[in-house]
Amino acid sequence: MSQDVKEKMESKAKPEDAKTGAAAQRVVDPDYLILEAPRKKEFITGSEAAKESVRRANVDIAIAYPITPQSETMQQVGYLYAEGYIKDYYRGEEEIGVMSAVAGASRAGVRVLTATAGPGLMRGLEQIVSWPGGRLPSMLLVMCRVVNAPLAIQPDNIEISYLLNSGGIVLHGENQQDFYDYPLIGFMVGEKPEVTLPVAVAVDGFFVTHARGWVSMPAEDIKLPPRDCYHEAVPMMDNENPPIRISRDSPIQKSNFISYQMHAAWQQEIWAAQERAKKWLNRWLGGLIEVVNPGAKTMIVASGAAVSQGREAVRQATEKGLDVGLIKIKSIRPFPTEELTEALEHAEKIVIPEFNYVGWLAKEVKAAIDRTDRIIAGPRVFGGMTMPTELILETISASE
Amino acid sequence: MSLKTIRPATGFKEYLPKEYQDLIDDGPFLRQRKVSELGSFKEAIEEHPMCAGCAMTLFIRLVFVALPSLEHTVICGTAGCGRLAITQGAVPFVYGNYGDTNAVATGLKRGLDIRFKDQPKDVVVMAGDGGLADIGFHAVMHSWFRKEKFTTIMLDNEVYGNTGGQDSGMTQKGMVMKMAPTGKKFEKMDMLGLAKTAGVAYTARISTTNPTRIANTIRKAVLIAREVGPTFIQAYTSCNIEYAIPTPKVIDDARDVEKDRYGFAEYFSDEAQSYWDESEKERKRLRKAAKKIK
Ligand SMILES: Cc1ncc(C[n+]2csc(CCOP(=O)(O)OP(=O)(O)O)c2C)c(N)n1
Ligand code: SF4
Repeated sequence: MSQDVKEKMESKAKPEDAKTGAAAQRVVDPDYLILEAPRKKEFITGSEAAKESVRRANVDIAIAYPITPQSETMQQVGYLYAEGYIKDYYRGEEEIGVMSAVAGASRAGVRVLTATAGPGLMRGLEQIVSWPGGRLPSMLLVMCRVVNAPLAIQPDNIEISYLLNSGGIVLHGENQQDFYDYPLIGFMVGEKPEVTLPVAVAVDGFFVTHARGWVSMPAEDIKLPPRDCYHEAVPMMDNENPPIRISRDSPIQKSNFISYQMHAAWQQEIWAAQERAKKWLNRWLGGLIEVVNPGAKTMIVASGAAVSQGREAVRQATEKGLDVGLIKIKSIRPFPTEELTEALEHAEKIVIPEFNYVGWLAKEVKAAIDRTDRIIAGPRVFGGMTMPTELILETISASE
Repeated sequence: MSLKTIRPATGFKEYLPKEYQDLIDDGPFLRQRKVSELGSFKEAIEEHPMCAGCAMTLFIRLVFVALPSLEHTVICGTAGCGRLAITQGAVPFVYGNYGDTNAVATGLKRGLDIRFKDQPKDVVVMAGDGGLADIGFHAVMHSWFRKEKFTTIMLDNEVYGNTGGQDSGMTQKGMVMKMAPTGKKFEKMDMLGLAKTAGVAYTARISTTNPTRIANTIRKAVLIAREVGPTFIQAYTSCNIEYAIPTPKVIDDARDVEKDRYGFAEYFSDEAQSYWDESEKERKRLRKAAKKIK
C-alpha cells in the first residue's frame, strides 16, 4: 500500500480527539431539535440534507447497499461513521440481507438506519413488511425510482404503493427540507412506546436527491436522545428479561382458534398504533397535511415532488385569476382521512397529479372522502418524465 | 440477564407458577450444566410438539444444556421443524422470515455489542438444512466472509421436513423425494468445505450418537465465536418421518450414518486453535488452583 493511500485511510479512521465532531454533540430534547432550535439556511442536495439529518439523529448502526439514486446518501452516512457519528456501519450482501439485519439490530434495541430504491425495495420487501409485525422501530429512506422492468433508474414513485399495506409508517417528502426534517421526526415517532413501528421516509429520486434546494437546519452540535428501547411495546431480544417459555416473535404457531384470535388482535394493534402515531406526527410535522388557499373551489391534492409542481401551478393559476388551492399530504401512513375530508368539504373539483402510472394517491383519496365524482385522477407522468405545471393547469381547465 | 432479573421480589415468588420457581431455584442459568446432570435439574426446554423420536429434538435439548452462558444467549431461527422445539426453550428466540437467520443474527449481534460493552452476548443461529444451505445460503456465506462473531448450527435432516419431504441441497444425490420424483440430480452440498473457504474459525461435523461430545462441540463453537470469529456445526439430525426410520431405530440409524459418511470431524483455523489451546490451559490451571484451595 502506498504511503499516501495509507495516510488517506488513516485520516478516515475515527477521530481520536474527543472534542470534535460526534463527541462534541450534546443530546437535546426532540422538541428543541425539531421545532425550536435556531436554524441556518444552506443550499444543498437532498442526499446532503439526509446526511445532515442522520448526523443529528444519534444513529447506532447504518447498513448500506448501493442503488441509484440512493447510493450517495448511504456513502455520506458512511463518512459520518468514519467521523464517529455512528457506532457501526457496513455494506450488506444485498437487500434481503440488509433488511433482515435491520430487523436484527432493531430487536437488539439500537437505532438503525438503511436506505434503498426501486428494485432494492422490491427485493427487500418480504423483510420490510415483517418489521411492523415484529414491532421493530427503524428508519428506511426510500429514494423512489422506476421498478423493473424494463430496467431504468428514472424517477417514478410507484414503489410507495407497495408499502401502503405493510403496517409501517410512511412519510412522503416534497423537497430537500423535508428530507432533512422527516427522518428525525420519524425516528422519534416510531420509537414512542404507544407506536413502536418502523418508519419509511420516501422522496422522489433525482428531483430531490440530486438537485439542490434551500434547507434550514440547526447547528451540528446537537442530536436526538438515544433510543430508549426499554420503553417500547415489546421486550428487547437481549436476554435481559426474566425467562419465559414463549418467544416474543412466534406466539402464533398452532392452528387453533386461540392463535387465530391472537394473530387477528396483533394485526389490529399494528393499525391502532398507526392511529396513535398521529398525535406525534401532528406535533412535529405540523399536521399530516398542509393546506394552501383553503376554501378554493379547485383543490390540487398531492404528495412528494408533485407538491412542488402543484405550488407553482397554484401561483400561475392565481395570476390568471383562477381560484385554485393545494393540499400537501405529508403522511401517507397513517393516512389523513379526517383532515382531507374536512379540507375538501367545500371543494368542487379535486385534481391529483402523480409521478406514477397507477395513481395510488388518487385511489387513496377516493377511498377517504365522499362525493368522489369531484375527483380528477391525474395528470400522471411516469418512467422518468417531468411534470410541467402546464399539464396541471390544462387538467384543471379541460374539466371546466 | 442477571440473577437479579430472574429472582422475583420478596413475597411474590410463591404466586409464580411452580415451573418458574424451579427455573430460578434449580435451573440452567448462571452455571454450566453437564450432560451427566440431565434429569437432575430444571432444563431450559422440556416439552415440544415435534414428531415422537425425532433426532432433532434430542440434539436441540443438548444444545440448551451445552450453551456456555444461557442467560446471555439469543437464538435466531426460521421456518422449519426445529423452531417448534426451540421456541419452547426459556431463551429469547428470534423467529425471522425463512432463510434470513444469518443476516438477522448479524444485525442482532452488532446491535448487542453496541449496547453491552462489558457483557458478551452470544448469538446462535439454529436452523434446518433448507433454511441455511438453500434459501439462506447467501446470508450464511456472507456472514462467514464478513467474519461475524456468532455460531451457526445446521440441523441437517437432509430434507425439507416441515413442508413434507422435499429434497434440499443437503439431500444425497439419487434420493427420490417429493420434488425429486426421479431422484435428486446433484451431490449433497459441501457446506463444511465452503465454511473453511470462507474463513470460518471452527467447523464440526457431528451426529446424534454421543451427547457429551455434542455438548463439548457446541460449547467450543460458541466460545470460539465469541472471541475469534464465525463457527459452524453441521449436525446429522435424521427425519424419521420422511426417511421412514422406525422410532426405536433412530439412534441406530445415526450410528450407521456416522460410520458410513457422517463421522465426527473438527477443523480449527490457526487463530481458533491457538485461542482454544490457551483457554484450555487456563481452565486446567484454574481447576488445579481450585483443588489446592480445597
Ligand atoms: C419465503 C418462504 N418460502 C418458503 C417457505 C416454506 N417453508 C417453510 S418450512 C420449509 C422447509 C424447512 O426445511 P428445513 O429448513 O430443511 O428444515 P426442517 O423442517 O427440515 O427441519 C419451507 C420450504 C416459507 N416459510 N417462506
Ligand atoms: S418431520 Fe421429520 S424433522 Fe420434522 S419433526 Fe418430524 S421427524 Fe422431526
